[in-house]
Amino acid sequence: MSVDAATVRRIAHLARIAVADDEVEHLQGELNAILAWVEQLQAVDVTGVEPMTSVTPMKMKMRQDEVNDGGKPADIVKNAPLSDDNFFLVPKVVE
Amino acid sequence: MSELTALTLAEARDGLKKKSFSAAELTAAHLAAIEQARALNAYVLETPEQAADMAKASDARLAKGEGGPLEGLPIAIKDMFCTQDVRSTACSHILGEFTPPYESTVSGNLWRDGAVMLGKTNCDEFAMGSSNETSYFGPVISPWRRRGSNTPLTPGGSSGGAATAVAANLCLAATGTDTGGSIRQPAAFTGTVGIKPTYGRCSRWGIIAFASSLDQAGPFARTVRDAAILLRSMAGPDAKDTTCVDMPVPDYEVAVGKSVKGLRIGIPKEYRVDGMPAEIDELWQKGQEWLKAAGAELVEVSLPHTKLALPAYYIVAPAEASSNLARYDGVRYGLRVEGRDITGMYEATRAAGFGKEVRRRVMIGTYVLSAGYYDAYYLRAQKVRTLIKRDFEQAFASGIHAMLTPATPSAAFGLGEKGGDPVEMYLNDVFTVTVNMAGLPGISVPAGLDAQGLPLGLQLIGRPFDEETLFSLGEVIEQAAGRFTPDRWW
Repeated sequence: MSVDAATVRRIAHLARIAVADDEVEHLQGELNAILAWVEQLQAVDVTGVEPMTSVTPMKMKMRQDEVNDGGKPADIVKNAPLSDDNFFLVPKVVE
Repeated sequence: MSELTALTLAEARDGLKKKSFSAAELTAAHLAAIEQARALNAYVLETPEQAADMAKASDARLAKGEGGPLEGLPIAIKDMFCTQDVRSTACSHILGEFTPPYESTVSGNLWRDGAVMLGKTNCDEFAMGSSNETSYFGPVISPWRRRGSNTPLTPGGSSGGAATAVAANLCLAATGTDTGGSIRQPAAFTGTVGIKPTYGRCSRWGIIAFASSLDQAGPFARTVRDAAILLRSMAGPDAKDTTCVDMPVPDYEVAVGKSVKGLRIGIPKEYRVDGMPAEIDELWQKGQEWLKAAGAELVEVSLPHTKLALPAYYIVAPAEASSNLARYDGVRYGLRVEGRDITGMYEATRAAGFGKEVRRRVMIGTYVLSAGYYDAYYLRAQKVRTLIKRDFEQAFASGIHAMLTPATPSAAFGLGEKGGDPVEMYLNDVFTVTVNMAGLPGISVPAGLDAQGLPLGLQLIGRPFDEETLFSLGEVIEQAAGRFTPDRWW
């Protein structure tokens, strides 16, 4: 499988990364080189093999469903590029 | 006081206990060494004031006969670990001046045990790289040079700063993270010891996430014993990480020097790859002889899916990365570049904030997870991962205690030598990546020098949560091979 220029633009948009027009061709080449290299996995017989979803066999830890942290809005917004009155500021999304 | 920086962690610990020197003196000697070694670019942030304060507090505790197992010992922290009120960036522009109001569990464990923080070490951006060249702060220069040459070499990656700081005596030991070989490859390139413990042994809480099912923290040190001492403090249960196991941490130092007589060591035949330099093969043979001389039994084993580990990794790791790195949106922390609307702001921020390698991996990850491709790529890679893990399980079930392999397919290369083809760079991790895919512990121990005078390492792979056997076997290699120190030129 390989990607065309339109697919590169679509992936970039899905990944929310702006890609300039003059970068598309180069990126397409790089992505296709990687995809060609991982293509060898298609030859493996994986019939009846379960996908690995847990690295170490372990039971999910459970805890009481209760608030155990919080009450520190100033800490939360401390690193925000833009904030006001402990709210994050974003460009207008609702007209 | 340069001799203080040449001590091992264990020697420094014993010296502090005997009051041969103070933690303040030990820390000052390291801060001076760091200042003189800025040309190596090992640290992206030095924290001299904090170090001096912590050393002073350690001296007060030591004077009262108190203190933890690492009391007063100066340590460097990879910039992947969040450190409270100290800038933490994963060496990415997108995190800007991010200063966490919290401490990662692993670094917190070190401070609990009395360690002193010298600063944050350089690494590949978000730990994505094998040469430290993708760091926003520029590459680390290895303290090692080829004999008779001034060509700047890579210390490896992604934990290149940590490996360099340990090799060049800019700290007594350091923390690293390893997703596909990021501890073991730089350890091999710099003549240091590095261990990636079993997945779940160290908490991942507060470590900037790359690929959550592969990431694991571990120590760098100048000796196997020192690595054992540091891992004991780093490891342990953590309620904040559900993948961190609730198992007590053994005293790893006890395993150092323990007899390896009767241990069955697997030699995986698939690691004899095409085009492997003769030097690497000879080193591997030597390692086998050393272990045999120490009473271990060598057994050829087969791990038939080995060659699939790297391509499967380059689907699983980017997929997880694309998901983990979605959080960098210019809203909550770090860089923000305005756009025409909110999507434009996201896209401009991420375009400006991510370097080329990170962008490449996020895009590959986005693609293999996208509708219509998920089954063909991601699901298939996860199935291949099951097969890779099964290979190891079958070998261990047949009575193998650990395996011996080369750590890397070559010695360190020059900066810029492997710039063009991403896949060529990825092949650096061919011997280490299987271990992450299977969640196993792996240690890289210096074993010799190549014809150009550069360090080479051997890797030992262990059964899950059997880091102790790796420390015992690693010590045998260290005793046989000796230690390797770069000549100071910086």
